[in-house]
Amino acid sequence: MPAIVVEGLERSFGDLWAVQGVDLEVSESEIYGFLGPNGAGKTTMVRMLTTLLLPTAGRASVAGHDIVTEASAVRRSIGVALQEAALDPLMTGRELIRLQATLHGIPRRDGERRADALLERVDLADAADRRVGTYSGGMQRRLDLAAALVHEPTVLFLDEPTTGLDPVSRKTIWEEVEKLNREGTTVFLTTQYLEEADQLANRVGIIDSGRLVAEDTPGALKAQVGNPHLELVLAEGSDDAAGIICEKFGKPLPAKDGKVLVELERGAADVARVVLALDEGGITVESLELVEPTLDDVFVAKTGYHLEIEEDEPEPSEAGQ
Amino acid sequence: MRNDLRVVRALGVRSVKQTFRRPQLMAPIIMFPTLLLAVQTGGAAAALNLPGFPPVDSFLQFMLAGAMMQAVLLAGNSGGIALAVDIEMGFTDRLFAAPISRYAIVLGRLMGTAVLGAVAGLWFFLIGLVFGAPVADGLPGALLSLFLVVLTSMVMGGIGASIALRTGKASIVQGLFPFVFVILFLSSAFFPQELMVEPAKTIAQVNPLSFIAEGVRRPIIGGESAGDVAAALAAIGGIGLVAFWLSRSALRHRLRTGG
Repeated sequence: MPAIVVEGLERSFGDLWAVQGVDLEVSESEIYGFLGPNGAGKTTMVRMLTTLLLPTAGRASVAGHDIVTEASAVRRSIGVALQEAALDPLMTGRELIRLQATLHGIPRRDGERRADALLERVDLADAADRRVGTYSGGMQRRLDLAAALVHEPTVLFLDEPTTGLDPVSRKTIWEEVEKLNREGTTVFLTTQYLEEADQLANRVGIIDSGRLVAEDTPGALKAQVGNPHLELVLAEGSDDAAGIICEKFGKPLPAKDGKVLVELERGAADVARVVLALDEGGITVESLELVEPTLDDVFVAKTGYHLEIEEDEPEPSEAGQ
Repeated sequence: MRNDLRVVRALGVRSVKQTFRRPQLMAPIIMFPTLLLAVQTGGAAAALNLPGFPPVDSFLQFMLAGAMMQAVLLAGNSGGIALAVDIEMGFTDRLFAAPISRYAIVLGRLMGTAVLGAVAGLWFFLIGLVFGAPVADGLPGALLSLFLVVLTSMVMGGIGASIALRTGKASIVQGLFPFVFVILFLSSAFFPQELMVEPAKTIAQVNPLSFIAEGVRRPIIGGESAGDVAAALAAIGGIGLVAFWLSRSALRHRLRTGG
């Protein structure tokens, strides 16, 4: 049974459609990356799937429960870490996890035991009795993640879990997400970071202006937009001659930053042949790089623009209209 | 249901801790009414000699109920501000995404407000005791007044919570602060209705806070209290119903609109 099923889900705020007719399925124990720029509809989607917002149309189920008619059952099955770590700066880390355990009906002793274990797991045991307001951004995210896990959810929703974090903190969160997934947790992860989706997700859905414009594994999506290309830095004055030679191996691409670019039909298998042909033609290759298509290339192909990261631009809500 | 009660208690404890850890929330609840009480009893004690002033041992004894009313109204307002801050920083989303009744979330906040109301009530009884204005009806009277104070703080907290849920903005709830004083001064909390001039007198006669203030005051100043207490309970019940209806409507609106 799929962990998440979404059929024609829509949400409007007045005249503005934040999510338009989205269909998707997430299998059990899968990491699904929901990729898109700020304002694309990612957070609105998560808020609907976590029962925080009613859909305008369509239906969805999470862990086998309808998000509208069985909202309470959905809430029992899911863990949620929203975009802004929703933490009370006046509480201590330990108090927050224990409160979260109470919210999920975990008996007091069990809650205390789980809180200790989770704080240890996210490396916050030493800071457990400090107020959250004194935590760094990375510590707050780890605490938020720990709180989302206290009731051992089968489906975990992470809304931009690493936005604004430094690379080290980001990597720590990634490792924890991968570990959780290995333990069997289904993860629905929204992100505006291409690298994050590429690194973590088994499948990626690209959302733009509320519509799902592409969905597949990162590898398959990249394969859709073309073959790898070779970027060559050559000795001065040899670009034209090199272009003629390279044409034999694939489609020439517009030069970039003084580099000769050619898309290789056979990918890495052609690299040695290209270098050999250039050498035979008396052209000195100073450096070369085989560049695989990226999710950014996929994003551009599907939406017509590059995914640029903007911090914290809120998605619409009726209150904000 | 049983877990909802645990949640109400846990959120109540959090609410109280939050207030004590953020002194700016505690200050208005205790400091302002205490200062006003000091100023009024020091400067307007001669009002006791006005014809028609209720029979009391001292002006302080008369004013204690007003100070308590002011404290619980401010506690309700502070509770609303704290809830709005929770909404602004997304903490309520954590609560709404948990498998608990949404009313438990509001009730938890009200439990915290009730505790603060009780603390304020005890504080003013202590002031009365220290400055020679003990409760005329003794411990049972004090407990009765305290009971009304606690109930009042809960229903006023309910009004604050409903505004917080509807607007989601602490600045708006905080903006209601002056109205607390206007509503209170247009009641009999600080001055006997009989000695007011129009239109304040008519407004005070229908102001539910007047009924509550008289109910809280009666055991303190002594005399037959059943009628005043019953009227106070009815007024509290009325405000409670309004608060419940507003909160329910605001909760539904929040789920429907997402903000």
